[in-house]
Amino acid sequence: MSVYDYDVIVVGAGPAGTTAARYAAAGGAKVLVLEKDRDVGYPVRCGEAVSHEGVAQFIAPDPKWIASTVTKFRLVAPNGSSVLPKLDGGGYVLERRIFDYELAKLAANAGAEVITKAYVYDLLRENGTVTGVRALIKDQKRDIRAKIIIAADGVESRVGKWAGMDTTCHIRDMESCAQMTLSGIDVEEDVLDFYFGDNVSPGGYLWVFPKGKDTANVGLGLSVDQAKKKSAIRYLHEFVERKYPKAAMLTHIAGGVPCAKTNPEIVKGNVILVGDAAHQVNPVSGGGIISGMIGGMIGGQVAAEAVQSGDMKHLREYDKRWHKRLGWRHDIFYNIRNAIGGFDDRTYNNICDSALKLPVEKRTLGGIFRAALWNQPSMILDVAKVFVA
Amino acid sequence: MPQPHLMIHIVPGKCDYCGCCVGVCPEDAIELMESKIAIIEERCTNCRKCVWACPWEVIEFHKEGVAGMPVHTPQILNEPVEFK
Ligand SMILES: Cc1cc2nc3c(=O)[nH]c(=O)nc-3n(C[C@H](O)[C@H](O)[C@H](O)COP(=O)(O)OP(=O)(O)OC[C@H]3O[C@@H](n4cnc5c(N)ncnc54)[C@H](O)[C@@H]3O)c2cc1C
Ligand code: SF4
Ligand code: SF4
Repeated sequence: MSVYDYDVIVVGAGPAGTTAARYAAAGGAKVLVLEKDRDVGYPVRCGEAVSHEGVAQFIAPDPKWIASTVTKFRLVAPNGSSVLPKLDGGGYVLERRIFDYELAKLAANAGAEVITKAYVYDLLRENGTVTGVRALIKDQKRDIRAKIIIAADGVESRVGKWAGMDTTCHIRDMESCAQMTLSGIDVEEDVLDFYFGDNVSPGGYLWVFPKGKDTANVGLGLSVDQAKKKSAIRYLHEFVERKYPKAAMLTHIAGGVPCAKTNPEIVKGNVILVGDAAHQVNPVSGGGIISGMIGGMIGGQVAAEAVQSGDMKHLREYDKRWHKRLGWRHDIFYNIRNAIGGFDDRTYNNICDSALKLPVEKRTLGGIFRAALWNQPSMILDVAKVFVA
Repeated sequence: MPQPHLMIHIVPGKCDYCGCCVGVCPEDAIELMESKIAIIEERCTNCRKCVWACPWEVIEFHKEGVAGMPVHTPQILNEPVEFK
């Protein structure tokens, strides 16, 4: 009979990890979160955009972590023409270094413990079963025992691999990203800008997300297949030199986003994966904050239920609930991503033209997609499923 | 002394510790800590996926290996790397 230090150990204190910890603790589990960095939420490797609807299901919007409230988005085609549709329901550009803290506080208030500067370097095993993690906590090696491990260790996830799940992201699905915070520039405070085309970010997009009137989160992601030829940081520097030559660069960051379908395995024995570690990212937009939190919430709830019942087989429920809630949509989005990845400059220009011909009230994301589909009839069914559902 | 078979070189001091390379490595051959990174030599197959994925152009591929190239190898796999 083994003695456990915790019911649940969560590896990683990003949005997915702290949300998993919050719901597991709220469900009665004794929870520990281990984060390798010295600070939760920092450095920020993110465009920081979320929808109001997405974030409000977890936390009431608070000015202290909102850099800008956005109501519109602008799609800029390679030839410079643009269309400015409304953003249904609105959204925010976050101040993630504060937002992530608030999520960690919610976990702490639910009863979870959090330790930073705690690097998990292996799983602890006894008689072939995972019984905890091996960690380097402030340079001291420590083995900590737990019934369930939730791997929320982000794009660089290795915990899943140690548990026997293949979480390698194929290079065609990985977005190689560069991001900056630029200040001393003119931006429209309520508009998210997206730039497309071979010149800015082939197969991906470049974003300019406002953080107030004079500052923006600017970045881009391109599939590693494309980045092979020219790196993300080169594209970003070229764009910034053209567009904002006088800007002050407040941050300068690299990143990766796994824009794949959900990992084929997200539960194995008593180990489950949530967030980027499980590839729970919207494969079209690269947005993974809210979807990772949804994965974290379901994972945390199921883990607490398994602890209560003592039946670890119950963890398989997590896979089912995730796919029912969001996984099925991501599968469809993934097919759309593959179609969009093949768009050339002419296609983007045509999409923009056809969108401009739509009456203003029909210029929504769904309307633009439908208008664009004449070029890609095979996508019509897939897209219809997404926007009709 | 056998020549190191490793052709993958992480340029010292250039890395941003973002993890994009780790996410595409099929061999779990990269150890990444808060501000330390190393290739686990005995696992790396020199497939170059990490080289392509790095947004920062930090990882280089040298067919002949690099003379005096620093190679950090953990004593036990998954044990944290001893960084010099
Ligand atoms: C450039 C860029 C722009 C983006 N823009 C957006 C956007 O605008 N909107 C959006 O919704 N999403 C965006 N995303 C995606 C979003 O940032 C991620 O999907 C989200 O952060 C995933 O949350 P997570 O909790 O799964 O992982 P993370 O936030 O990456 O957290 C993982 C944590 O685990 C820790 N960790 C890793 N390994 C270990 C270990 N061995 N031991 C201990 N701790 C460990 C890490 O230090 C990290 O803190 C963007 C991503 C990038 C890179
Ligand atoms: S070359 Fe391949 S195996 Fe070696 S570290 Fe890079 S991705 Fe991993
Ligand atoms: S992808 Fe490049 S910058 Fe990011 S951790 Fe790997 S080597 Fe460092």
